[in-house]
This record gives sequence, structure tokens and C-alpha cells, in this order.
Amino acid sequence: MGLRIGADVGGTFTDIVIELANGDYSSIKVLTTQTAPEVGILDGLGRIADQEGVSLADVEQIIHGTTLATNALIERRGAKTALVTTDGFRDVIETRTESRFEQYDLNIVLPAPLIQRADRHVVCERLNARGEELVPFDEIGARALIERIGEENYASVAVGFIHSYVNPVNEQRFRDLLLAEIPGIACSISSEVSPQMREFERFNTVCANAYVQPLMASYLVRLRDELAARGATCPLYLIHSGGGLMSVESAAACPVRLVESGPAGGAIFAADLAKRYGRDRVLSYDMGGTTAKIALIEDYTPATAKTFEIDRTARFKKGSGMPISIPVIEMIEIGAGGGSIASVDSLGQIRIGPHSAGSEPGPAAYGLGGQDATVTDANVELGRLHPDTFGAKDIDLSPALAAEALVRSVGDRLGLSAGDAARGVAEVVDENMTNAARVHAVENGKDLSGYSMIAFGGGGPLHASRLLDKLGLDELIVPPDAGVGSAVGFLRAPFAYEAVRSFYTTTTDFDVDGANRVLAELTDEAVAFVREGTDAEVVVERQVAMRYKGQGWEIPVRLGDAGSNGHVFDEMAAELLAAEFTKAYEEFFGRAIDHLAIEAVSWSVKVASVVAPPPAVELVAAGEPVATTIDSLPMFDPVTRGNADAVRVERTTMAPGSQIDGPAVIVESQTTTILASHHRAVMQTDGTLLVRRENA
Amino acid sequence: MSAAQELHNQVMWNRLVSVVEEQAITLVRTAFSTSVREAGDLSAGVFDRKGRMVAQAVTGTPGHVNTMAAAVGHFIDDIGPERIYPGDVYITNDPWKGTGHLHDITVTTPVFRDPADDGSLIGFFSSTAHVVDVGGRGYGPEAREVYEEGIRIPILKWVERGDLNDDLATMVRWNVREADQVIGDIHGLAACNETGRRRLLSMLDEFDIPDLDDLATFVFERTTAATMAALASVPTGTYSNTMTVDGYGDPVQLACEITVTDKGMHADFTGTSPLSRQGINVPLGYAEAYFTYAMLVALAPELPNNFASLAPFTVSAPPGVILNAQHPDPVAVRHVIGHFVTDLALGAIAEALPDVVPAEGAGALWNFQASARQASASNPRPPVELLMFNSGGSGARPALDGLTATAFPSGVRTMSAEATEQIGPIIIWRKEIRANSGGAGRQRGGMGQILEVSPTGGYQFEFSAMFDRVANPARGRYGGEDGATGRVYLDDGTPFPTKGVATVPAGRRLVMELPGGGGFGDPSKRDPAATENDRRQGYTS
Repeated sequence: MGLRIGADVGGTFTDIVIELANGDYSSIKVLTTQTAPEVGILDGLGRIADQEGVSLADVEQIIHGTTLATNALIERRGAKTALVTTDGFRDVIETRTESRFEQYDLNIVLPAPLIQRADRHVVCERLNARGEELVPFDEIGARALIERIGEENYASVAVGFIHSYVNPVNEQRFRDLLLAEIPGIACSISSEVSPQMREFERFNTVCANAYVQPLMASYLVRLRDELAARGATCPLYLIHSGGGLMSVESAAACPVRLVESGPAGGAIFAADLAKRYGRDRVLSYDMGGTTAKIALIEDYTPATAKTFEIDRTARFKKGSGMPISIPVIEMIEIGAGGGSIASVDSLGQIRIGPHSAGSEPGPAAYGLGGQDATVTDANVELGRLHPDTFGAKDIDLSPALAAEALVRSVGDRLGLSAGDAARGVAEVVDENMTNAARVHAVENGKDLSGYSMIAFGGGGPLHASRLLDKLGLDELIVPPDAGVGSAVGFLRAPFAYEAVRSFYTTTTDFDVDGANRVLAELTDEAVAFVREGTDAEVVVERQVAMRYKGQGWEIPVRLGDAGSNGHVFDEMAAELLAAEFTKAYEEFFGRAIDHLAIEAVSWSVKVASVVAPPPAVELVAAGEPVATTIDSLPMFDPVTRGNADAVRVERTTMAPGSQIDGPAVIVESQTTTILASHHRAVMQTDGTLLVRRENA
Repeated sequence: MSAAQELHNQVMWNRLVSVVEEQAITLVRTAFSTSVREAGDLSAGVFDRKGRMVAQAVTGTPGHVNTMAAAVGHFIDDIGPERIYPGDVYITNDPWKGTGHLHDITVTTPVFRDPADDGSLIGFFSSTAHVVDVGGRGYGPEAREVYEEGIRIPILKWVERGDLNDDLATMVRWNVREADQVIGDIHGLAACNETGRRRLLSMLDEFDIPDLDDLATFVFERTTAATMAALASVPTGTYSNTMTVDGYGDPVQLACEITVTDKGMHADFTGTSPLSRQGINVPLGYAEAYFTYAMLVALAPELPNNFASLAPFTVSAPPGVILNAQHPDPVAVRHVIGHFVTDLALGAIAEALPDVVPAEGAGALWNFQASARQASASNPRPPVELLMFNSGGSGARPALDGLTATAFPSGVRTMSAEATEQIGPIIIWRKEIRANSGGAGRQRGGMGQILEVSPTGGYQFEFSAMFDRVANPARGRYGGEDGATGRVYLDDGTPFPTKGVATVPAGRRLVMELPGGGGFGDPSKRDPAATENDRRQGYTS
């Protein structure tokens, strides 16, 4: 295989990873250029190519993930966009769920709709829940509206009609009329972008797509042209929120699928590592500067969801963001990063985040003017981060400034020394992440016992040892390249596409033909998508979301070969599905319920190219104590709740089989790994640290 | 207390809140009842061995705030401390010992440090959920006594030492509609308590503490100090308010007088209208919950609910008033009046907290709860039960406009129109913002919404209308104007009753115009840009 490049454009840094012909990696971090993200990529690419002595013409594939779409949505920097919807439903994206996400806040502010009311227009038309016409499409009214859209210079139009996920004909009709009248205007229709039931989520998703589409299309074309101008002849692919690759054309048409693509890369990175180590139940823990993200990976596959929220405005609280209904790698994100600011509330409790000091001014210890104590400052005070081994070379870490800030933000309010304040801050942030992980597991019907943790991101390995204890897990895996995990993950992603559609039927009155038709159409759609990128062999996974009649939560049931006979359902399907659902329900909730009708709500087909399984790593179990240490320094040990001498080691000096017992600090350029007192790390052949909890 | 111990206690407190959140999530995931799922009509909490609540999950309903806290004390008394064994699970739906009506089933589980040691009781988990049915006449205000409203389960053992009380389960099963769902929900309540119990025990192991006693003491001390500090922002004295709402047949006057001392706040509801013949009567504990909720949101929104945060807030009412229903008064839909207690109490203390208290809002929900039946008897199909939660506008805040079509004080969510149409024979033709319904003011009241629904082919809707604020608007504050009152009619112009049993015939649309919230401050002081934006967006015309 030739050279491959992964490029992850984040809010602060752009990470570029190059995979060399021999399978080795090299990586570089450059600052993201907010106004023109392609500048950072091209700059990084040039530098890494020079460094490795290769030319862009030798590159076989460039895989790109970006927060540009997410940021445009959050910062409301999209195009002037109109929403066209069914008469009677103009305000769906404004009235949302008619509820308050914060029950005790009188001054709650609900998120403003992406498209304001004056830009939301209606057409007379109406289908019923079976897709049959109740009110005919008003073509005269539609033409008048299109004239107005032209006059008011909208750059993009979102179309969302009621029940269009069952029957897209009226949305398509409006788009045809629109494009005939105003050729070249951007137009997104909800039956293509997100054919899922529930109008608030679907309309919001199509609005988000339309809103960022002109911006993303122009960016992607610019990037591709610039790459070609610099000699790249290889295809450019995008990673999407479901963790698969898509073509530039697909991404330009459906840019909302790019949202959360960076974190998806992280989860793929962890899944790949899980496979290498044969760990079939893994908690992926990625901690960066502003947030921590936690995902569950079973059987080497990250869990996925059909809908998620971006831009949660209030402490990452559910319901405070913008729902996006597209297949996504499921994760929980909380405001707990290195830059998260510590404060004290009216109960005298330490609180962390959601505000972050970001990279400017950054934690107080950076000496760039930050006054508030952050998680990073606590780590400095506790001896976990040292000025002489801190990764970012241009930052002069100041323990004195960290201590001052801790006293100012926390200590003075609670009568604590800098050290005690730091202990409190670290313990609270660790507890927050632990609780988020537990709640995430409960919501997914999982019990975490027996899981291994994979920690990455700049902050993950710093806190993972403590989380391991709090969650009662026994094994922690800290890979090399932890700081650029997402970009590495991009290189492990298959061409994949998940097509989802709502289609309602019950096991008591099962619509065999309907189910077969939906599954066939979804399969065709997903296969066609994947074939844009590859001719490789594919695997097809089919799922249906089911529930007992009367419930509001569906649980996914893998169809496997259920009803298979060339994958077609027959009259036995209902019985088979009911049995599969009952089994899944028991696994989820421990107990099935007799006599109740079962509903099938939405169907999905995921098609993915087969990725060669990574080589299994042969475990190096017992090792030799590490030979070279930097020194030994006092560090707070949360297990004994006192200071203990921690040995400091440079990770690069460890060879396969090198072993360190905690308390210890293992430093490297991208991150620092902390071991608590009864943890033992053994370096593996691939440079991974395998940490086990020994009996305390 | 050393700094380290202080921090350690904080972490454990934090963990305890996370344990009850897990307990609540477990319940939501398995619940059959729409109101649990969409309205968060549930609660979950952990209690010390004396039955004092140490932590409670934040859920969608303020109605369970105090009622839940008091429930476990009743369980201890009625079961008898000497009959509390490891492996037990207790149950009740008594409106006066649980949460105010028969539809809420409360399940309590004792926690023993050592399951083999009957003497090692350390606390309780308790949870409540609104179930689909409790028999009787079905959900509505039509009963004349609580006996007609359904089965009343006294405090009994559902499980003793791990053995299910089959007699009781059979008794419940034979007395409710949708028995599988109801029994399923009771098991769900027991299961979520069990989740809590296991998490608590592993937490005690991890932190190496024998029981909850010291932690509970810490939680109560810290909370008491913070609650008292918050109370100090209201000058001692007496504050009163009255509010008239439509009620059922006759208008209902709600009255309260709040006495603030340096120890706490007491609300007395003397002057409130007498009991109704319909089941809109409110057990006092439920009124207390909405009073306490009002005071907490105004004074101390950061405080977590526990025994100590609730203790300073007390209520009283003379017998015979609508906010003090006694057995066997009918109470099934006590929320219709109960939800107004929050605006009533906030109005009383507005003069002390002019920068905090909002104008009045739509208050009670406008639920569309109907039975869709075949209009002709020729092809009888079973009726389909339909339920939609809909909210009017909330009152304008001192510095912010009111919330449009958003519930307050209830925390319900609405359901998707598409999902509702998939389930039953209904078409939702319109669900959009009702222009000009928010009371004018320096800050504008939240707007209501317009809803148009009709039964599909061959069906008609039969339902119990319970729509308030049709005759009595949400009042503005400090010169703000009143919100628009609600209206209900058929699309051919026929007025429709806002209370009582009524029919929407096949082929007709029911139109509901939901009330708006009151405005805050002089409308002429409104920011001209905000006024212009209201016009541009079509919020006003």
C-alpha cells in the first residue's frame, strides 16, 4: 500500500497523520486557520511531506474530517436560508419540544431556531401517515413562493413536508419547480437528508444541511483544487459522523453528515485498537481541551445512534441543543477538558466547566493571561504535568501561576491550600466523567464491568488511571499517537453508509411487502453510496428499531439472516422478528413482557467495505522494570490520599516488555500518562501501554 | 472537618445524586406510560434509615418534590420498622401517602448493608411513576369519590424477602385495564430501586464507609446553611396573593398568604374556593409541592432537593378547600388546579423579589386526551386512546420575554405530530404559534399556539375537556398586559365546551387556541428593535 494521509481539522489544531508504506506513522499538529481551514491543511501537508521526504504525488488517499460544518452551525455562519414546509407546521423548529431542559431556571433561554420565522414559508399540501394525499400540492402557491424566494435572494432552501419520509413526492416536486425557476440555488429536501419520522428532528436536520451547504461545497471544491494544484493526484475522501468514508460529491450534497466527524475518527481509532488487542468490550475515553467524549465499543464496533444533539448550550444538558437526525457514532460529551474552568457554587461545592479557557488565554499555568483555575492547573499543582516535560514546547508552564489561580478560584472560597484545591478539582472532574460514563452505559442498557478502557486525546491518559478505579475496571490501554487519535482513526475507516428510514408496522399485522420494499430500497441506496468510493467487497448489516406498543424507546434488533431467503421476508417474518425482539429486550432490560404487541418503527441498512483486520498484537505480559528514569518527584496519589514519590519516565525510552509500577508519570510529546499506586504498565510491541489494576 | 474530608464528602454527595439519576433513567427507559416518558412524570430518590430523603433525581414534575420526600416515612410507619426485611419491596398508590392521585404508583425498597443481617438497614430507595391505568372510570374528572377513580393499594409488601406477593399482584391485575403494562411498570419501579440499591452498596464499598448516616448529616448541614442563606433574601413578613381560574363549572379562587420568618416560609391557603364535585381537587401535599417548587426556583435554583432543602417550606389550609382534598374526595386530575399554585405563590412574593418573579403564564397544560371511536356501529373496532400534551405561553420574565408554547411549572414535552398520527386515527392539521397572544409589556409574554385536529375516516373523538384560562387570563405584572385567553371551537364555528365530556363528530375539526403568558412592565418601554422584530416575525400584527 502507498502513502495515506489523515487530516483532522479541529477548532484549535489541525492534525495531519501520514501512514508510510511500511505501516509507520508520522504526525504533525498545526494551528487551524479559522477563516480558511484549507490553509492549515495544505501547510501541514507540505511540512510533513518535506519532513518525510515524500511528494504529494506519491499519496494514494487523503482522508479528511472537519469541524467546519459544526462550527458554522454553532456560530450561525451559514447561508441565507429559507425553510419551506407544510401549511400548519411553520413553527415546528421554533416550538421544539415545548419543554424546558432546565427545570429550576426561571431565566432559561431556549435555543433560537436556525431559521427565523420570517424565513419560514408554507405550501398547501398534506399527506397522511401512510403517504396518501389529504390535500393536493398547491402548484400555484408554490410558484408564487418560488418567485418570492428569488426576490429575497435566498442562497439555499430547505424543504420539509409532513410525512415526507413515507412519500417524498411533494418535496421532490417543489425542488423540481424551484430548480427550474432558479437554476443553481442550493436545495435540500428532508426525505433525502433524513427520512426519519418526527418532524422537529427531521426539519431541523434539513435546515442544518441547507444552511451549511453552500459554505461546505465551496470549501471542499477549493480544497480539492488546491491539492491538485500542489501535485496531488489521489482522491480526497471525507469521514462522516457515522464513522465511514464518503466522496467529496456526497459530502458537498449532504454536509450535515460531516458533523461530529472528528470524534467519530477517535472512536474508530479505539475500535481498531480493541481489535488488535482482542478486547470485545471497550470504553473509549477521549479527553481534549474543552470536552471529554466517551463511547462504548462492543465487538470492535462503536455503538451508533440515529439522532444526536449539537451545540448544547447549557452545561451539555440534554435538550439544550439542536437535534440532528443522521446515523452517528454514539457518544456522550461533557464539558470536562484540560481548559475547563473550576468554580465554587452556592453550596460550597467545586464545579468544573462548562466554560473553558480554550487555547486563549488558556490555563493560568500557560502564563498567557489566564486568571481562572482550570483542570490543567490542578494537574500542574498535583505534580502530574511538569514544565520540563510538557508537550507544547512553546509554552512555559508555570506551577506558581497555577497555584495562585487555584487559590483565587477555589481555595479562597473554601479555605483550602492550592494543593487541596487541586485535589478537589481533579477529584470532581474525574467524578463527573465517571458519572457520565455510568449514565451513558445505563442509557444503553450496558453494565461496564469487564470493560477495558482505551484512553487518548491530550488529557485522556492523565485522568484514565483514576477513572479506571472509580469505574471498577481492570485494564487500561494507552496507544501511541494518543494526541492525534482521530486522524489515525480516519485511516482505519471503511467506506460505509447507513441508510435509515421510518416505516411503521407491527408484528401482529406485519406488512411483509412493505418491509421488503423498504429494506431493498435502503440497501440500494447504501450500496450506491459506497460504490462511489470503492469496488471492494462489502458487508451489509440490517437493523430494525422495535418496541412494545405504548413504549417510547425503541431498541435495535439486528436482522442478521432473520427472514433471509435471499434476504427477503416471508409470512414467518413477524414471528421471527418478535422472537428476536424479545431476546434483545431481555438482554437490555433483563425481563421481557408477555402478551404485548410489538411495533417496528424504523429500519436501517449499513453497507461497509471490508477493511482488512489489523494484525493481532501478541501480548507481552511480564516485563523487566524500566531501565531509564528521569527522576522521582512527589505526586498526589488519590488511592492513598497522600503524596507519594512518583517515578518519571520518558515513554520513548521504554522498550517492549518495559514495566513500571505506579505511582508513576510517563511523559511523551503529545500527552502524559499517570499511574496510580497499584497500577502496573507494560509496554507492548506496538508502543502501546497496557495498564492493569493489581490488587490494591 | 479537615479540608480533605470536606472534599471527600462532596464527592460522595455528587455520587449519590448520580446514583438516583441512574435510578430515574432506568425507570424512564422501561416505562409504558406516555406521561412518564414524555412528561417526566416520575421521581426517584434515596433516603436514610429514618426515611429522610438524601438525594432526588431532577425529573419533569415538580408535583413529586415534597410528596416523594414524605412518602418513605409513611412506608416505615405502615409496614412497621420490625417488619422491614432484606429483599422486601413495598408499594402504594394512596393519593394521601403517595403523590396525590391513584395513577401514581410508589414503590419503596429497603437497603441492608448485609443482606443476611436483618439488623443492617441503612436506607431506602423509592420511586414513583404515573401508570397507564388504575381501573375505575378511567382517567378524568368525572368521579364523585376516589372509590370511583380506581383501585387504591394501601401500603403493602409487593415482595417479601425476595418472594413476590402473588395475591396482591393478581388483585392489581384483575382491577386495571392494560394489566400487562401496569404490572410491567410496577416491576420497572422495583427494578430501578434495585439498580439504586446495588450502586449504593458498591459506592459504600468503594469509599469504605459503613452506612449513609455521616454522609446524610453532611448533606443536610450543607443544605440547611445554603437554604437559610437563600431565604435571607426575602424580608420577613407576610405576603399574599389571590388568583381566579376557570375551574370546573364555577370559577375557582386560589388564595395564599406566605409568612416569611428567619426559620422558613409557610403558605396558608385560607380564602381558597371550596372543593369541587369533580376530581380537580388537590391533596395538600401536592399543593405543597408546587408551592415549594415556586420558592426554590425563585430563591435557590441551584439547591438539590433533599430533606433539608424542603424542611423550611410548609403549608396549611382549612378543611373543605380545593387545595386540601381529603379522602374520599375525587382527585384524579389534581394537576389542573395544582399547577396554578406555583404562579399563585410566585405572585405573592413578587413584591419582595421584583427582579426575579415572572408574570403569570398559561399554567395548566392543554392536554388533548381523547378516545377515538367508530362513529357508526356497523364495523366496530376497539377505541383508540390518544394523548397529546400541549402548552400555552409562559409569563414574561423581568429581563426576558416569556417562553412560547412551553410548559411551566410542569416539565412536559410535546409529542411529534407525525408519531401521533402513526398511532391513532387522528390528523393534526395545524400546530403553530398563535400570533398576538403574548401579553404586551416591556418584556412580552410567551405566545400560545393554535392546534387543529380531526378524527380520520369513520371515527369521532370523545373526550373530557379540561381547558383553563378561557375566562381568566394570565395576568401581566408591573404594567404588562394580560395574555390572551384560550378559545375552543369546531371549524364550523360551533363553540365547544372547555370542561366536561364532549364529542368531535366525524368530519369536523376541533380548533384550540391556547392562552398566552402575561407581559412584564410597561409596553411603551419595550426595546423598539424587539417590537420591530415581533412584527417582522409575525409574532404580532
